[in-house]
Amino acid sequence: MSLLNIHSLHTFFKTSSGIVKAVDGVSLSVKKGEILGIVGESGCGKSVLALSILRLLPMPPAFFEQGQIMFNKSDLLKISNEEIRSIRGNRISMIFQEPMTALNPVYTVGNQLAEVYRVHRNMSKKQALEKAVNMLEKVGIPGPKNRLKEYPYQLSGGLRQRVMIAMALACQPQLLIADEPTTALDVTIQAQILDLVIKLRKELGTAIIMITHDLGVIAEITDRVMVMYTGSIMESASTLELFEKPLHPYTMGLLKSIPGTGATDENELYEIKGNVPSLLNLPQGCKFNTRCPMAVDICTQKRPELREIYPEHNVACWRVDHV
Amino acid sequence: MSNLIEVYKLSKHFPVSAGLFSRKKKYVYAMDEISFTLGEKETLGLVGESGCGKSTASRTILNLITPTSGQVWFQGQNLFALKPYEKRKLRQGIQIIFQDPFGSLNPRLTVKRIVEEPLLTHKIGDRASRRQEVEKMLTKVGLLPEHMKRFPHEFSGGQRQRIMLARALILKPKLIIADEPVSALDVSVQAQMLNLLKRLQEEMDLSYIFISHDLGVIRHVSHKVAVMYLGEIVEIAPVDPLYNEPLHPYTISLLSSVPVPDPKKKNRTRKILQGDVPSPRNPPAGCRFHTRCPDCMDICTREKPDTRQVKKNHMVACHLYQDGELWVPPLPNQ
Repeated sequence: MSLLNIHSLHTFFKTSSGIVKAVDGVSLSVKKGEILGIVGESGCGKSVLALSILRLLPMPPAFFEQGQIMFNKSDLLKISNEEIRSIRGNRISMIFQEPMTALNPVYTVGNQLAEVYRVHRNMSKKQALEKAVNMLEKVGIPGPKNRLKEYPYQLSGGLRQRVMIAMALACQPQLLIADEPTTALDVTIQAQILDLVIKLRKELGTAIIMITHDLGVIAEITDRVMVMYTGSIMESASTLELFEKPLHPYTMGLLKSIPGTGATDENELYEIKGNVPSLLNLPQGCKFNTRCPMAVDICTQKRPELREIYPEHNVACWRVDHV
Repeated sequence: MSNLIEVYKLSKHFPVSAGLFSRKKKYVYAMDEISFTLGEKETLGLVGESGCGKSTASRTILNLITPTSGQVWFQGQNLFALKPYEKRKLRQGIQIIFQDPFGSLNPRLTVKRIVEEPLLTHKIGDRASRRQEVEKMLTKVGLLPEHMKRFPHEFSGGQRQRIMLARALILKPKLIIADEPVSALDVSVQAQMLNLLKRLQEEMDLSYIFISHDLGVIRHVSHKVAVMYLGEIVEIAPVDPLYNEPLHPYTISLLSSVPVPDPKKKNRTRKILQGDVPSPRNPPAGCRFHTRCPDCMDICTREKPDTRQVKKNHMVACHLYQDGELWVPPLPNQ
């Protein structure tokens, strides 16, 4: 059963040089307890998509041209500000990339963590602090009682990200959106955090949307993946299938351009030619046609729709039969 | 084969004031006695987590930071013993490219001026020949001569990195120190840059000291790899032995921490390190890694391990490998 259903979401930005189509017709669904990965290069719209779900974008300049985000039978784009506020941090919560800027530097860790309980659960300060200790323990912070009184600057990057996770999971949300949660961390700390995420998912049964540019992280923890490019989904499939038989030329290119996997012994890495086009000036037809090695006439004329090629494996490409 | 560069027991301790009335000076032990050699057309990968001293190493080798102790010999000359004008001349042979393609180019200068700057500094050529040289370099790194009149903000991250490369190459150096040159780039652009660096190595007979935290990138570009932890080189070996049979417990867990882009390997057993990197202000006694080491023994907390050559050209500093032959870096140029 699906928990979250996004239907044809268009999030645009009005700028002085024109309309930026950051999310351009994305549909997806997240099932209970699953980890969905969204992968793409910078500027592909993955963060805007995440922020759209919780309506955390500044409006204006952002606006929803069309679309629906259905969560527990209500459309998150239509409900009032009070209603969305009661969902944020409670039913759906979010972890951000930069743990230093996401925590408030002038409040103690305990204060910030207890706030979640006080706002959403109406607890007294004492009760909330007790709960906070439990939560810190759950995310593996040693000596949680003492940590309550510390300020974010006193913690290392890894510990800060654990505090962020504790805050996000405090109210046992049904959905957790993690936007590049390990990008700012070192590999050994990243491994700790990913391990923690998997463990907590098992314990709490939270569904997770994992947003990252790192295909390694995707392979490591997700059940299903969507590949985004310039605001649209190019391919979606189960993680195993996507890595085993990618069908979109962009996905194939991405997978082949990862260095040092030991899988290929070639001296030369595969390159995707050129750069990501500007969102203000997207090519006609398929948005990938300027960089695609397989592009033909139709690719420059008509935009391909996401089609189901195999069960649960969707691709937006005209040339998929020739792959 | 003679070596292009020899680094011998190079250390850098940054003094920190420990309070207004404190007499005792404290230090950040950023880099401690690192030694390595690098031949022509070779690439040394320097890998480690943030704060392990990789960038300090790169800047000290260039003498942008004065070392606390140690020597760097470049093309048979001791870099730190030279007179200033000799040093300037010798340093034409070593160039650096930085990580941040946005902060390292002056936004007010045209690409032509940026790329030609090293020639001006070293007073090489006249106007026309400099212009020609700039044109040649831009073409070499995959840009167009007409880009000369533009400013940095008109370029994407990958293109700026190419501009920086053109600037570094214009003096025809022998050694390029690349400090995280691709970590600000997306995978598809990163692949273009890595291929370019490899091609230029062939064309211009370059050696690289390639610094990165990304083990995949290091594996792709390097001939040999040095793993750093808290200012020390804990293991150094040719690339294949290091990745296939790592010896030091830190290298082993570092390699197993890297997420593998293959979901079938999802359930492999991984050695995940506990805790964080200790502060270099107050490094642990004995082996610096012992606080996080899964194989920590009694001796590790007391004695600093010697560097031993366990297999041919495979050096490791760890008490687990006591039978290895003791390895002392040879004095340069002897």
